[in-house]
Formats: sequence, C-alpha cells, structure tokens
Amino acid sequence: MAVVFKKTEALTDTVMHYCPGCGHGIVHRLVAEVIEEMGLQEKTVGVAPVGCAVFAYRYFNVDIQEAAHGRAPAVATGAKRVLGPDSLVFTYQGDGDLASIGTAEIVQAAHRGEKISVIFINNAIYGMTGGQMAPTTLLGQKTTTSPYGRDKELCGSPIRMSELLATIEGSAYIERTAVNSTANIIKTKKAIQKAFGAQVNRKGFSLVEVLSTCPTNWGKSPVESMDWLEEAMLPYYPLGVYKEV
Amino acid sequence: MAKVTINEERCKGCGLCVRACPKKIMQLSKTKLNSKGYHPAEVTEPEACIACAACARTCPDVVIQVER
Repeated sequence: MAVVFKKTEALTDTVMHYCPGCGHGIVHRLVAEVIEEMGLQEKTVGVAPVGCAVFAYRYFNVDIQEAAHGRAPAVATGAKRVLGPDSLVFTYQGDGDLASIGTAEIVQAAHRGEKISVIFINNAIYGMTGGQMAPTTLLGQKTTTSPYGRDKELCGSPIRMSELLATIEGSAYIERTAVNSTANIIKTKKAIQKAFGAQVNRKGFSLVEVLSTCPTNWGKSPVESMDWLEEAMLPYYPLGVYKEV
Repeated sequence: MAKVTINEERCKGCGLCVRACPKKIMQLSKTKLNSKGYHPAEVTEPEACIACAACARTCPDVVIQVER
C-alpha cells in the first residue's frame, strides 16, 4: 500500500502538551513538513515564543532557541545574521507574544527587512496565562479580563497585524490563512512554503498569520471553536496575500 | 482499498477528524477509552474510506496515518 499521509520526520515523537483540538499542533505539523520537504532540517533554527508554544523545542526535530516574551524576531535576527543566507530561521509566535509585548520587535524586524520568516498564530486570546484579552480579541468577545465583552471605547479595536506589516517596505511576503477547514490547512502550508521561499531567495521579511483556535479559553468544544473561527474571526480578519514581492 | 491507522493512545478525542471527514465515517469511540481518559477516534466504515487524508491533515496531534 502507498502511504498517503504519515507524520513528518521534522516532528519528534514527543506527545504535545496542547489541549485537545488546539490549532498549534496543526501548524507545527505544517511548518515541520515544509522544512522536511525543502531538505533544510539540518540548516534550520526556530525561535520559540513565550506562550503556549513555549515548549516548541520538544516537538520540532530542528534546532530551537527560546526567546524572552515578544523578542523572538530579535533573537532570529541574530541567528540569521550569524548563520548566513543558507540557513532557514523562523520564529513561531502567538498573538499575545507578537501583537502585544513584541509589537516593537516585529515592526522593526520587518522594517529592517530581516530575512527571517515568522509564523504568527492568532487565536484572539492569551492562551497560556489563562484566557485574558489580547490585542487581537474581537469586539464583544468575553475573556477573563473582559467579562462583559471587549469594549471599543475602553480597549480599542482588534489589531490587524498582517495589514500593518504589509505597509512596511522591508516585508516581502505577508499572508493570512486559517486552520478551520482542510482546504485552508492546505493553503496555510502553501503560504508557509512561500514565506520560507521568500527567505531562501533573500527577498526580505516574511510572515504567515494563521487564524487558529483556543477551545479551552474560548469555553467551546474543539468543533464549536472551528465554527466560531469561521463565523466571528474570518469577517474581521480577511484571509489572503497582503504582500508579495 | 484505503487503510486508516489511528494511534489511539495519543488521540485526545477532539473530534476535528470527525468534522473534517467528507464521507462522515469517523466517530469518537463510544466504548473505548485510552489511558488519558479520552474516547479515541475510529473509522466506522473502513470500506467507504476514499483515502483523502482530510482527517490526518486536521489532526492537531498527528496520530493518523493513511494508506491506499
């Protein structure tokens, strides 16, 4: 029998600590598959965030460096500049990490046109710390720090990072995708291929924003979470390519 | 003939494969529990499987292998 699908070599056999139905596992697999298919497993350095993906080094079968909260792009900048253009350096960051405490880092990394790739997981909430409101939390969305729903007057509107970073001259490839369906999961993988390709071809900064789920902190089942992603997140965070140089 | 192999011990019973299956032939086991206490996914009609691997691609824990 021919194998249609099997686990990639670029993932370890360690059981992931993520909650049932968490989108992180899907995106981990996609990133690992792309690394393996590009034959860059030995030349890759990943930079893990603070957040639920803090243990990414256990799951990726490539070298991973941990960074302080939000500082993954700065660490990746150093790794890429030392290792040179033949390396593949990526960061894997959540929305609390990238869009809140790390906003200056990500904007300046894009501004400098650092030849790194960023995998940005947007699930509209802080996961690891217990479901607090994130900059990406939708208006009206209930979290532990917005128990009556996010109020625009008080907290502003959710930040759209892909649109913001696409306006920066140094960015070469910016796309927003989602993990809500098989088709969108396949599109996410293609986006990661393009982002890594932009880095390998020395075009500049690349980022893939992946709309994902947090069933535990959203207070929904994994399946309900995918439906909520479609109903609530997709209208506010339109999918598509925002920059391609 | 398609063959879906599920690593039941590592399945967290999230049900995303059940949602993704276009043939609607997956379910969370009503009789089995793994050592973590989850009801693992299973294929109800293996002969109806078209080996599209939609279940495997949506599985966050990469516990499904598909052969044809």
